[in-house]
Amino acid sequence: MLVLTRKTGESIQIGDEIEITVLSVQGDQIKLGIHAPKNIEIHRKEIYISIQESNNEAASIQKNMLDQMKLFNLK
Amino acid sequence: MNLYTKYHGMIEVEKEDFIFFEHGIPGFVEEKHFILLPLEKDSPFFIMQSKITPELGFVVVNPFLFFTDYEFELSENDKDILKINNEEEVGVFAILTVKDPFAETTANLQAPVIINHKRNIAKQIILHETYKTRHKIIQKDKVK
Repeated sequence: MLVLTRKTGESIQIGDEIEITVLSVQGDQIKLGIHAPKNIEIHRKEIYISIQESNNEAASIQKNMLDQMKLFNLK
Repeated sequence: MNLYTKYHGMIEVEKEDFIFFEHGIPGFVEEKHFILLPLEKDSPFFIMQSKITPELGFVVVNPFLFFTDYEFELSENDKDILKINNEEEVGVFAILTVKDPFAETTANLQAPVIINHKRNIAKQIILHETYKTRHKIIQKDKVK
């Protein structure tokens, strides 16, 4: 992993189109500003992981668990 | 064509009914083609069945049936990717994690599947709104 040291207000440039700026540092919290083309998706890492985990869990349900759903109606 | 499915056994489906996910979905990036199969006649639940993996099928539902105040804004980028021109083309599904008992079942409202039905392209988007991956579909305050 490339490691760079930056101060508040300083940036790093990734390729031609992505710029990440350190906006502020307070204790162990760092506020970042990101400029990127809109087709680049940016997510907090833990949220992306939670979506992966949720999908994995949803995919692993057993067939017999659907029997209850067949009895279910919305009324 | 014949399709081997997780919940419906082997069935006959039309090739043009498959929905294309350009980048798969989180956790399943190789899975780019799914088809929506009703769980059974008149059921609100559908199975989003993988084309290439018989044992991969997600239970999905229209989230607005269970969460009447659910709302979010589609980003311009997602509208571009999904080539969405008007609302009528759009289908929204939430992936369910079915639990036993069924009342414990949760819906992923943070990452709904958005489908352009006209073009059969779709994406599981990740919302920046305050929804979570696990909302109980049967909410206690609605049970009388």
